[in-house]
Amino acid sequence: MSTVLLEARGIAKRFGGVQALKDVSLTIASGEIYGLIGPNGAGKTTLFNVFTGLYPRDGGEVRFAGAPLNLESPHAVAAAGIARTFQNIRLFGNMTALENVMVGRHLRTRAGVIQAILRTRAERAEEAAIRRSAYELLHYVGIAERADDLARHLSYGDQRRLEIARALATEPKLLALDEPAAGMNATETAALRGLIEGLRKDGLTVLLIEHDVKLVLGLCDRVAVLDYGEKIAEDVPEVVRSNPKVIEAYLGTSH
Amino acid sequence: MSTTKERFGLALIAIALIALPFVLASAGTAWVRITNFAVLFVLLSLGLNIVVGFAGLLDLGYVAFYAVGAYVYALLASPHFGLHLPFWVILPIGAAVACIAGVILGAPTLRLRGDYLAIVTLGFGEIVRIFMNNLSAPINLTNGPKGISRIDSFQIGPINFAGSDTFAGLVFSGPIKYYYLLMLVLLGVIVINRRLQDSRIGRAWVAIREDEIAAKASGINTRNIKLLAFAMGASFGGIAGGMFAAMQTFVSPESFVLNESIMVLSMVVLGGMGNIWGVIAGAVLLSFVPELLRYTVEPAQVALFGKLLIDPEVLRMLVFGAALVLTMRFRPAGLWPETRHRREMSENRA
Repeated sequence: MSTVLLEARGIAKRFGGVQALKDVSLTIASGEIYGLIGPNGAGKTTLFNVFTGLYPRDGGEVRFAGAPLNLESPHAVAAAGIARTFQNIRLFGNMTALENVMVGRHLRTRAGVIQAILRTRAERAEEAAIRRSAYELLHYVGIAERADDLARHLSYGDQRRLEIARALATEPKLLALDEPAAGMNATETAALRGLIEGLRKDGLTVLLIEHDVKLVLGLCDRVAVLDYGEKIAEDVPEVVRSNPKVIEAYLGTSH
Repeated sequence: MSTTKERFGLALIAIALIALPFVLASAGTAWVRITNFAVLFVLLSLGLNIVVGFAGLLDLGYVAFYAVGAYVYALLASPHFGLHLPFWVILPIGAAVACIAGVILGAPTLRLRGDYLAIVTLGFGEIVRIFMNNLSAPINLTNGPKGISRIDSFQIGPINFAGSDTFAGLVFSGPIKYYYLLMLVLLGVIVINRRLQDSRIGRAWVAIREDEIAAKASGINTRNIKLLAFAMGASFGGIAGGMFAAMQTFVSPESFVLNESIMVLSMVVLGGMGNIWGVIAGAVLLSFVPELLRYTVEPAQVALFGKLLIDPEVLRMLVFGAALVLTMRFRPAGLWPETRHRREMSENRA
């Protein structure tokens, strides 16, 4: 196995009396597509939100790229190199597609208020670079021709792509996609699959939550299955597919 | 960037704005003063627009920063402490103090949004006013409700902004000189606003307004960026306050009541939150329409009915309210809403 990129140990999260995550541990290797599946309410998105600093955790540690990951604030997580998309698309609706991606460049650029007011040479050069790389990313995800359209005017599939482009703009090592195929038709899902495979080819590690089991099992190198906040399986898709616990979680026990 | 047509238009507007005070002065110096106050309100609206329009943080206590700027000027250029610093020293100090006040307001309210933020900022505005009202003892800092009077006018070399000067046969009265100075400041503020809007910071503000969680997840330190919005907005308020103090040569707490905050907010909302030109239009409209009514309603009533039926002051607020309600009903995004559509990006096309 190649080097470990993310290592989570004993992640726990409670919402009042509900134990949403119970001692979840997993390791994601550099360069793999790691799938996270499970029935509704299994805790997949909760785990995502813990990993990306949106929810404070109740226990556990995460190491990322060889160092402990500061989970206190989402922007620190993004700075460490984890970018994400959201299950219910969260774009900046009244900004253009290009501007959405430009916002993603915020983290890796520097110009502050004074430089902006004085419009220094460095600031202008940086702005031009931001614009250029944002445009390249739109091109990469295949929606360059929609660059000047408001994000809220894009089609559903394009919005998903735009979210990925914005996440890529933060130069992540790990891209976490929360149900990217939700609500997509077969053609769109196939195109998405091509996009994700391309990302891996370009050296990115992908963490994928997905309901579309066919997509996950076809695409992922390894898959973890969550059920009632616990990890019940973690292996290559072929093994997970025939794991009786997984079948039970999805289909229920036979009586 | 700009076409010849646009340049021609801008030149026409510039000429009109340069000629405006003399045209107004022929109708009476009062109109120049009214215009000056309209420009002050434009400055305030542009400052508030950063907080409310760009960053989407509803601030109902904006007048506090105006007050801070005004009092800084009053204290440093009046017989109250015997200090008489030149205005170009005081205005930056006023902006800096207001900026700090902005951070002081911003820091504890970072987790609040919408209505809750509005309530806290409203309280902050009142606290500042009440401080001004009561800081006359044990040390007489603000002279309490009596306010500070005999504040210095602006002075550039031999030119004092209180009196009249004659250049090339034209009489430059005090208000006309203030008009030109205000226009210069306004030009600067517009340039700063536009540059901020199109910058990395400006995008981060709008991103927070659009979706704070997504902004955080995209790597924006929302705490710092929000504080920056409060600080920038407050600085503009501080500068406007300093100009106000010099123009009035008198400040007292009653100039900085909640109504003023609401007024400035109305200008931003009516004009079109986030759009600089819309905000300017809103401020000009809401400053002038009440004054126009004041000057027309009374004669109109006397001419129609032979006597005064409704006090113009009452009618003014009625029309004002109706205008706002109608705007919200028919143009909820403001008269001139922000359009982030189709910027000139063609040069980036691959």
